[in-house]
Amino acid sequence: MISTTQELAIDVTDLQMRYGDKDILTGVSFNAKQGEVLVLLGPNGAGKTTTIEILEGFRMRSAGEVRVLGTDPARGDELWRARLGVVLQSWRDHAKWGVFELLNHLGKYYEPYSTPTHKRPFDAQHLLELVGLQPQAKQQIQSLSGGQRRRLDVAIGLIGNPEVLFLDEPTVGFDPKSRRDFHDVIHRLTDLEGTTILLTTHDLSEAEKLADRIVVLAGGKIVANGSADQLAKEVSSQAEVRWVQDDQKHVHSSSNATAYVRKLLEQHPKGISDLEVRRASLEDTYMKIVMQHELPSDKTSSKEKKGNEL
Amino acid sequence: MNAVARSARLGLERSWIETKQFLRNPQEMVWTVLIVAIFLGVLWFQRNKEVEGISLGLLTLPSLLGMMVAQAGFSGTAGVISYDREDGTLLRAKAIPQGIIGYIVARTAYLLNTTVINLAAVFVPALFFIDGITGVGIGGALTIAWLFLLGLFATAPYGAIIGSLVKSSGSGFGLTFLPLAGLVAISGIFYPITAMAGWLQAVAQVFPVYWLGHGFRSVFLPDTAVAELHGSWQLGATALILTAWAIVGFLFAPRVLRRMARRESGSSMQERKEKAMNRGY
Repeated sequence: MISTTQELAIDVTDLQMRYGDKDILTGVSFNAKQGEVLVLLGPNGAGKTTTIEILEGFRMRSAGEVRVLGTDPARGDELWRARLGVVLQSWRDHAKWGVFELLNHLGKYYEPYSTPTHKRPFDAQHLLELVGLQPQAKQQIQSLSGGQRRRLDVAIGLIGNPEVLFLDEPTVGFDPKSRRDFHDVIHRLTDLEGTTILLTTHDLSEAEKLADRIVVLAGGKIVANGSADQLAKEVSSQAEVRWVQDDQKHVHSSSNATAYVRKLLEQHPKGISDLEVRRASLEDTYMKIVMQHELPSDKTSSKEKKGNEL
Repeated sequence: MNAVARSARLGLERSWIETKQFLRNPQEMVWTVLIVAIFLGVLWFQRNKEVEGISLGLLTLPSLLGMMVAQAGFSGTAGVISYDREDGTLLRAKAIPQGIIGYIVARTAYLLNTTVINLAAVFVPALFFIDGITGVGIGGALTIAWLFLLGLFATAPYGAIIGSLVKSSGSGFGLTFLPLAGLVAISGIFYPITAMAGWLQAVAQVFPVYWLGHGFRSVFLPDTAVAELHGSWQLGATALILTAWAIVGFLFAPRVLRRMARRESGSSMQERKEKAMNRGY
């Protein structure tokens, strides 16, 4: 319990994955501290799901070092498994079960792993309140909407009071309201006993809302790692200054926007209006990072073509 | 209680919950009632027909029970496992501690429960119009018990292997239904096997379906083994052949199951989900 890896809930060094002669991951390294919300962001096909499945212990890696809660997922035993929460991209399993019935039943598997300092499982009733499914507690699972079903999946991922929670593309196919409700749930979770959360998404605004830190994965490697602000600064130190002078719009890029604006106002004490200073948004940053690193991916485009033919 | 014993107990809890769901689910019931009705219909039309001095319906009823055991073990298991892979039930079990043990216990117990229910659903109504079923003593009851269990053990591992290998739940059904229907046709289930060509009789005697039918007939029919291949009840051979199938099955099935379970992941499930959505069920 005193080892240094203990402070890192997730520690990945030079992770590689190869199927046949195709490289999916080429040397991925990142880590997450206890209690951190880490978002793995990247375009489709970047290797996010492969990465998270290796960390969950559901997939063997080709090379590299991986530690989750100090254990190699390839050798994780049931005790290790009990400390994780996995939110699957599920869809229709246990359709005939009741919402509370299933959550309560699955929770019982965690009882032998309860300790005085870390109680398992959570109370199912309480957890349903947390994810806002209290009114549906007695309904059959197949009667839930997509967003409700997803929140139940999150509740199931949480029932064992996990130290690390994995969420793979949790909000795919959500309407805006379900998405916002879901984000609220994640925010509430981070207040719970320092659960470390690793979440994958290709939705940038989602990453920005939820992440303590964003790791951007593109073309099988990490191309950026930091908070939203840090990422923006990393890619572009330039800010855009816009203003209107004599009914004319002006735009100027500057690495020191404050000094530029000061000078501008000194030179033109009158006649300047609609002054605006804008740092590169995370979206600009993200597009720029991904464009730089995306390999020419014939695979995705041919897939899309196939989809259109159908 | 240790975690393994506990998850085995949770498996039983799950099988109980799911058996109740099976009984309450209208769709499942319509399907079950339909099949039972077809079997009862066959028996009804056979009730007055005689073969070698014995009512054909009387021969068919116990044979049907044997066939239903083989069907539940083979097709039922293949269907359940392929379906559980497709919809994520299996992956869910993998994601919780000792979940796979709970899953296996639950599926085994569920198979036993639902097979008993299905057998009773055919047998009990048939008693009202099929004459000549002899009462079974304690010995007969014991024979039914071991035939039932050994029959499931002899067939379920092969169903599990097919369920683990197929790509979709639909092909799990198709791949088991055809061979089973073929075996039923040559195994003397709906008509005495003595009417079959010699080489077909030989083929039939390699597989569990014939022996399950034979075993159940030995319990319910009068002492004289008319219309049987060797002119007598061969319970020793029945036990031997079913055991052989069970042993070979249990040698291979766990390996295939483990390999399949290890490979099961969110992305492989996602692929199947997309395929299932495309085909519309």
